[in-house]
Amino acid sequence: MDKPLSIFDISGRAMSAQLVRLNATASNLANAGAVAGSEAQAYRAIRPVFQTVSQQPGIATVQVSSVVTSDTPATKRHDPSHPLADKNGDVWDAGVDTSAELVDMVEASRQYQNNVQVLNTTKSLMLETIRLGK
Amino acid sequence: MSLEDSLFGIHGKALQLRSQRLELLASNIANASTPGYKARDIDFDAALASATKDQGTVAGALDTAMGYRVPLQPSADGNTVEMSTEQTLFAENAVKYRTTLSFLEGRLNTITRALRGE
Repeated sequence: MDKPLSIFDISGRAMSAQLVRLNATASNLANAGAVAGSEAQAYRAIRPVFQTVSQQPGIATVQVSSVVTSDTPATKRHDPSHPLADKNGDVWDAGVDTSAELVDMVEASRQYQNNVQVLNTTKSLMLETIRLGK
Repeated sequence: MSLEDSLFGIHGKALQLRSQRLELLASNIANASTPGYKARDIDFDAALASATKDQGTVAGALDTAMGYRVPLQPSADGNTVEMSTEQTLFAENAVKYRTTLSFLEGRLNTITRALRGE
């Protein structure tokens, strides 16, 4: 990208990054109660990895460089009556830490709001500058 | 002294610097949850002094006056953005941008009135 980053790029891309994070949290929470018949099939929480994008000192935005599977282990539960249970009568609950996901969700939504606020302030300042001298 | 400087005085450069600082603070807020990101800011007084001296430019002033923010409570992931600090400074900077704008407005009104000869 050759064009210098404007505040709209900075905050806009930060908002998309936070949205990816919010989507990941939503997937994790939706799958929190999922049960699998083996440890390999069990759902693991996913997490976006944030990375700074900068062209000139001090001016930087953020992007999601990858989405990784976390190492929260799936929990084994003995439940022989479950239709997915293996020959030992065990099933695996999804490896999702619900409280951590909720905290992450609140943080992501707060930071999204912060970026919206930055955009709004910048927009009104720019409009005032355009009206200068009229 | 350039034409721009004689028309707008200190306020032209001040507005440019305010706008640049707004971008810096927006970058900090955007990177609030990026691990290892170091928040940066400019010392506005030093930047304005450097930009308004002879042959001073806004870009040069930014380079000399830029520094890293010292966090009040360093976080474990190496990120030095503290939302309370950044938001306060962003709001302060936005208000001061508006102040500079109204100074410019006053200058423009004066010049327009002089041109009309009323």
